[in-house]
Formats: sequence, C-alpha cells, structure tokens
Amino acid sequence: MTKFLRKHLLTLYAIAVFLSLFVPVALVVLFGFNDVRGRFNFRWAGFTLEHWESVFFGRTFGGVPGLWDATLTSLRLAFISSAIGTVLGTLIALALGRYSFRGKGTTNVFLFLPMATPEVVMGSSILALFLVIGLSQGFLTLLISHIVFIISYVVLTVKARIQGLDRHLEEAAMDLYATEWETFRRVTLPLIMPGVFAAFLLGFALSFDDFIIANFNAGPRVQTLPLWIFAANQRGIPPEANVVGTVIFVVTLGVMLLNVIWQRRQSAKEARA
Amino acid sequence: MTTTLHEPELARLARRRAMVPYLLLLPGMAWLFAFFLVPILRLIGVSLQSGIYPNYEFTWQWDNYARLWTQYGGQVWNSLRFAFIATVICLVLAYPLAYFIAFRGGRWKNFLLVLLLMPFLMPFLLRTLSWKIILADEGLVVGTLKSIGLLGPNATLLATSVSVIAGIAYNFLPFMALPIYVSLEKLDRSLIEAATDLYARPTEAFRKVTLPLSMPGVVAGTLLTFIPAVGDYVNVLLLGSPNEFMIGNVIQSRFLNVLDYPVAAALSFTLMAVIVLMLIPYVRATGTDDLVA
Repeated sequence: MTKFLRKHLLTLYAIAVFLSLFVPVALVVLFGFNDVRGRFNFRWAGFTLEHWESVFFGRTFGGVPGLWDATLTSLRLAFISSAIGTVLGTLIALALGRYSFRGKGTTNVFLFLPMATPEVVMGSSILALFLVIGLSQGFLTLLISHIVFIISYVVLTVKARIQGLDRHLEEAAMDLYATEWETFRRVTLPLIMPGVFAAFLLGFALSFDDFIIANFNAGPRVQTLPLWIFAANQRGIPPEANVVGTVIFVVTLGVMLLNVIWQRRQSAKEARA
Repeated sequence: MTTTLHEPELARLARRRAMVPYLLLLPGMAWLFAFFLVPILRLIGVSLQSGIYPNYEFTWQWDNYARLWTQYGGQVWNSLRFAFIATVICLVLAYPLAYFIAFRGGRWKNFLLVLLLMPFLMPFLLRTLSWKIILADEGLVVGTLKSIGLLGPNATLLATSVSVIAGIAYNFLPFMALPIYVSLEKLDRSLIEAATDLYARPTEAFRKVTLPLSMPGVVAGTLLTFIPAVGDYVNVLLLGSPNEFMIGNVIQSRFLNVLDYPVAAALSFTLMAVIVLMLIPYVRATGTDDLVA
C-alpha cells in the first residue's frame, strides 16, 4: 500500500487538484437544477428542470428581470471590443514578429504593462479620465476600456503564431514577384488566421467575463452580465443565472475545442506542404 | 534598354519600407497611450488635489498618500497577507500539477492543459460564489473539520479570511500553473538524464537540475499571481466581510461610493508604482523580447 502510494503520489495529487478545480463549476451546474426555496440558492432542496424550461421556453429567460438584456449587452460588448482589439493587436504583432526597428524593446515593455496592472488601477484611472473629458459612462466607455485590456493578449497570441511560421513560404512568394501586399494577403494572413481567431476568442472571453473594469466604467444605465450577477447577489441569485452560466460554459468549451482541432489540421497541412 | 531604379528612388523605397512597422504599431499603440498610459500618469495630478466633491483643486495634498498607512494600514496589511498566502497556496498546488502535465502527460498533454483551463470558462462571479456552498456552516468542509477537532463547534469559515484566500487562490491558479508548465516543457530533458547517469538519486536530480531550471517559470507565475491578487476586491465582496477589506476595496468605494477621487487616485498610483518596482528586476532578467512571448 505504502509502496503504491509512493509510486503514484504525484498522479494522485494531480488528480485531486484537477477534481477540486471542478468542484465549484459542478456546483454551479448542479444548483441550476435546484428546486430552490426562498431567495438564496445555496442549499440543495431537490431536483427540478423548471429553471431550464423557463430559460429556454419561457418568455425572455423565465421573466427574470434584466438577465436577458444583460446577456445581450455582454455579447455585443464582447464581440465589438474583441473585434477591434484583435485588429489593433494583430497589426502590432505583425510589426513585432516581422520587422526589426528602433524602439522594439520599449514597445514590448509597454505592451506587457497592461497585463501586469491590477484591474482596479486600470478601471479607476480610465474612469478618472472619462470624468475629466466629460464622456458620460455607458456602452462607449465600456467599449474603450475593454479594448485597452484586450490588445496585449491579442499581441501575445498572434505573435506566438507568427514566430512559429515558416518564413520560406513568404520568401517563395516574393521570389515569384508577389508584391509585399499580395504576399501578406495570400500567404501570411491565411497562415496566421488560426492564431488571429484564437486571439479573438480570448479577447471575447476576457471581455465577457470582466467585472472590475465594467464596475468602474459602465455607469448606471448599462448592465453587463457580470454586473447583473453581482447586483442580483445582494438579494439572492435566481437559479436561471446558473442555467445561463452552464450554457455559456458548454458553448465556450465547444468553440475552444473546435479551434484546437482547426489549429491541428492547419499545422498538419503545413507539414505536408 | 533595361529600366533601372535610380539611387534616389531606391532610397525612397527603403525609407518607405522602414516606415511600415511604425505604421502597423500606430493605431494600437495610440489607443494604449491615450486610454492606458495617460490615465495612469494623470492619477498623479488627481492624487495631489484636495477639496470636497465636485470641487477639487490641485494643492500638493501629500496627505492623501500618508493616509495609506495612517488610515488604511489594516487594508494594506490584509492585501499583502491574503495575496502572499494565496500565492503560496497556488505555488504548492500548481507546481506538482504542471510537473505532472509536462513529464507524465505524454500524448494527453494538450487535453490536460484544456482540462486545467476549463473551469475558468464558467463565469467568474458564479464560480466564485460556489465557494459559499463549499464553505457553508452546515457544509461538508466545515463539518469534517469540526468532527476532527480542527474547528471549534461554533466556528465558521464563510466571511472570514479563509474564504477570501480560498477564492483568490482558486481564481488565480492558472496564472501560476501555465508559466511553470512552459518552463518545465522547455527544459532540456537530457540534463536530467545526465544527472541520473551520474548516480544522482531522483530527488537529488530534481533538486539540483529540474527545480533550478524551472525557476523562471516560478518567478513569472508568482508575479502573475501576486500582482492581480494584491489589487483584488471582488473575492472579498463575494466571500468576505468588511473585516477582510483589501486596498482594492478602499479604492473602489472611494471612487464609486464616496466620490473621493484624490485619495482613491493616491492609493491607485501607489499600488501601480509598487508593482512597477517589483517588475523592473524581472524585466531586466527576462529581456524585453520574451516579455510578450
């Protein structure tokens, strides 16, 4: 027994850590099926499908006020901010991955800083700026601040893809008299596309799940899903929120796995080429 | 007759080519400059103002900074303590996990990495609030600890520093695990083989070869965990009580509830300055190219 333990100690430890990471997630899913009594959904009271029915077949998320609007706002915000952030970040990644120029070191440090800044500092400092220039808080201020923290993560993701590329493919295109622009559009861009798409997904997820920056910059009129959950927590979160969380979890997991498969296919294709 | 490019034209083309990287950088960097750097530098100006909302004026009010220890010493202490303990917990949990994935993962490596990140696809607030169920007074954890005598009969874990630290450690674990995994993965395996060939016992080979070579990952992970943890305030709001308030809670309430912008700015700027000081040796050691790689 002790011999078995010593041999497999690391494996057992890893399994235990993995399992404990999933306990909170499993609880969120489970309590979406809870036949809740009273306002607070923290105590198991029996199984029901009622909340799933009301989310999928009831009127606007079972009539839980604000949940549907908040989800839509978050989706819209995440889509637009990640799209803009992905374009801006990909351009930077191309400059860093394909050119050498003066000021590259400074650029790298400058891009690293937003990732190392606590969100409370970032959120509050942007708010202070908006207050001074008189931009009233709302969707626009949320959008501006979300793009700020998305850019660096996009650069990180796309740059990794660019550095893994075979330069010879681009050189071959140039040798065949393609202009720089043609080479970019027909060779470089298709090759880095899986990385760009992964960066878009990452940015989308970061924006969709952000509470702190939104807490500072949303203002009283706009509510994202995390802000809605936070506000709902004061009076008890309805199980419908757990259902929505579970759906988000499953959908993002599916998209993430599809992207992994796509990246693999792409690299297999490159290996053949 | 063949057409040749004349010297001035060539020079013009070269100049145009040299411009390309800067043009690519321009939009994104301008965005970060306007909405990241300028706001943070502006905090300095705001932090030295005095007055009552909405009439603040610049008066070199250094007292705003002194409040950090005169008024908010307790919250500063909480921030450092919670962030430190959570970082140590993350290290203890993440290192063996990263080691397992890197050395025992085999062809399951990518699957295990997805498994590591999967819990974080569940919305942040919902997965954090789950800890209320896990650490509830009548729950399994508290019950077990009580029955083996580690907790008194009337003890609770919710709304204490224990639940706050649990939440922080849970939410920042991947920031610790991923850099350690990367450095273990990059490590040259033949060095470990060489050590064992030279009759080093497995524990010795780990202590003298693997561990030192994975230190860059440990340092990066520690910074990436400690820095956001020290500025966190959401875990306290969800799982703690005002007794556990951290410096982030003070900044948040000064900014959003009390509308005391100068003090909030002074606290924010101090936090940022401390972090930049912590990062300088790291940036020096890593080199600027690998920072965003």
